[in-house]
Amino acid sequence: MSYLLRGVAPLGEAPTDVALVDGRIAAIGADAVDAAGSRATVLDGAGLVALPGLVDLHTHLREPGREDAETVETGTRAAALGGYTAVHAMANTSPVADTAGVVEQVWRLGRDAGWADVFPVGAVSVGLAGRHLAELGAMAYSAARVRVFSDDGMCVHDPVLMRRALEYVKAFDGVVAQHAQEPRLTQGAQMHEGEVSAELGLAGWPAVAEEAIVARDVLLAEHVGARLHVLHVSTAGSVDLVRWAKSRGIAVTAEATPHHLLLTDDLARSYDPLFKVNPPLRTAEDAEAVRVGLVDGTIDVVGTDHAPHSREDKDCEWAAAAFGMIGLETALSIVHTLMVATGRMTWADVARVMSSTPARIGRVDQSSGQGRPLAVGEPANVVLIDPAARWTVDPGALASLSTNTPYAGRELTGRVVSTFLRGHPTVLDGRLNEPVRTPVEYP
Amino acid sequence: MRHLLDAADLDRDAAVDLLDTASRMAATQEREIKKLPTLRGRTVVNLFFEDSTRTRISFETAAKRLSADVINFSAKGSSVSKGESLKDTAQTLQAIGADAVVIRHQASGAPHRLAASGWVATSVINAGDGTHQHPTQALLDAYTLRRHLTGPGSDGEPGLGKDLSGLHVAIVGDVLHSRVARSNVQLLTTLGARVTLVAPPTLLPVGVGAWDCATSYHLDEVIGDGAPDAVMTLRVQRERMGAEAEGGATGFFPSPLEYTRTYGLDARRLRMLPDHAIVLHPGPMNRGLEISAEAADSSRAVIREQVSNGVAVRMAVLYLLLAGEKEKWS
Repeated sequence: MSYLLRGVAPLGEAPTDVALVDGRIAAIGADAVDAAGSRATVLDGAGLVALPGLVDLHTHLREPGREDAETVETGTRAAALGGYTAVHAMANTSPVADTAGVVEQVWRLGRDAGWADVFPVGAVSVGLAGRHLAELGAMAYSAARVRVFSDDGMCVHDPVLMRRALEYVKAFDGVVAQHAQEPRLTQGAQMHEGEVSAELGLAGWPAVAEEAIVARDVLLAEHVGARLHVLHVSTAGSVDLVRWAKSRGIAVTAEATPHHLLLTDDLARSYDPLFKVNPPLRTAEDAEAVRVGLVDGTIDVVGTDHAPHSREDKDCEWAAAAFGMIGLETALSIVHTLMVATGRMTWADVARVMSSTPARIGRVDQSSGQGRPLAVGEPANVVLIDPAARWTVDPGALASLSTNTPYAGRELTGRVVSTFLRGHPTVLDGRLNEPVRTPVEYP
Repeated sequence: MRHLLDAADLDRDAAVDLLDTASRMAATQEREIKKLPTLRGRTVVNLFFEDSTRTRISFETAAKRLSADVINFSAKGSSVSKGESLKDTAQTLQAIGADAVVIRHQASGAPHRLAASGWVATSVINAGDGTHQHPTQALLDAYTLRRHLTGPGSDGEPGLGKDLSGLHVAIVGDVLHSRVARSNVQLLTTLGARVTLVAPPTLLPVGVGAWDCATSYHLDEVIGDGAPDAVMTLRVQRERMGAEAEGGATGFFPSPLEYTRTYGLDARRLRMLPDHAIVLHPGPMNRGLEISAEAADSSRAVIREQVSNGVAVRMAVLYLLLAGEKEKWS
């Protein structure tokens, strides 16, 4: 199957033609028409930007266990609509993804769904309980080839366990992705501790509870010579710590979420749990520090922390509500609106922080061809974006099974038009097309 | 005004107006027949997710004196203990025909959710939410301060028509967990008073610097140099205490004895107060902890009067929210 993308702008540069043939980028430029052949489907790409398919390092697909909130099928549909060709599925499912069996189950569900590559994240500790290492090797050597390990949702707070995990995953070039939250400093915490929490009478989640763990972990990573990835950096202090660690040559990478780039703690004044998330929305100064960190490379990736929750888990009082917000279908538009349309980042930067770097951190660039450059011979994982499109977020119109978006009614600019997974259009004209049908293999 | 959620919902004129209405309500309570026909046929639900006999009976009395029908719905022994959500409980009450819901809830912001979520169309009155707000307590405190400290107002009635300009009020104790303190800082400053919060640093919230008040860690200085017109002591809850802290958590201060020595309103500190100064406490008191028996039983203490004033203030709130739809504010 061949596609000829006419007049698209790779990484926002000069418009050209791109031929996708048999799952690869066959040609870019003048020879694209010939390469695509006469039977190619021609798409008018005038005004569209082409990026490599996005790779999310931080998705909660909720399956197995909470199929009322999201499934691999619905979550990867949302991913495709958001321009993603790959997502890393976090381990805090039920049962927890702490064995080869569970990660292989999730991996197979992803393959069967066919909307995006699903790379399971393995739990660091058995049951996310923070006591004993899970069978990290078994997960790494399973069919799911796990390279990212995380107790996300929970912090690996025991310094010895964290040290062991960092050391152990070196054997298979893995990375520990830390949810940095000192548990004793955040007992019962509901929102960022500061002026707004003081006024609202909601128990505070202090910035220092994140920063203390980030500081400890970068030093541990340095000590044992391991890779550390800091999830959802939310405070100015954490950005400074990561910047300092990188200046020392420590192998740390860091993530920002769209909501920590855009939203702030004053939204809690509504007491609407749609704005309840962990780590919490911080101050405007923190959000700006995270944006600066993303621009200067201190923060390596934008991860969605797409966290679907059922209606009853949000349709209640703040303290009773679950933490988290969905984000797969809005992430790219938010990064565009906030960072590209304002001139702070280029499309090439977006490709770096939302595709190539996350793929490299997850070690799926070589093994699965995700996050590869838009170049001849590379796998045809491509997303086409209309940067001029303006749209208003309607929770009911999203593909996610859950509706807990904090952006309802917000106007965003830039929208995904098409997504190609290995040359196959999962999304066309902004609508779901067809998944990739992989033949079922029986051993 | 449809709801009373925050003390900050009231500007100065609305607050003075409400206190004046409470004065007129209080005057009717001097009569032999205390009951007024104002809210006949209206239904007020007291929806209490947290035990509070005092606040509940105060609202109940206020509603009954205005001839409203009152339904008391307490979380204990109700469907709430079976796991029913706030939303379903509220919608059930609406289906029963409630005109106003008086809600006490352990979660900060629960009354806001009720008022803003579209779950119900009734008026919502916050009777204390978590560690957030307790606006009717602040109103009864303001009413009590006004009666005692502002002199005769119009009609010779104490304080009538006046605000609290020029007064200095010290609020002492567990500000961090206190909805009473939050509501009082807002309302008393709206009414022109100056507020000083006095607490150990562990019991002042991070971010308190943004509040429109002074803070101090030293009660003796505030009483001696600040010459407050009133001291309000806050209840210290057992689970916050040093050795008895909940679940083995680290306490907010080393011991009850140290707290009493440093922040308790004892006989010595009572004597340091200006002659006209009064002592308030939202109750229930821990005698010997935040307030000594000498202070609680002294002629300066207006603690029982606060309770009576609570009924008048809550009558005024119910009147203005429910009858106010038809009649103009007072």
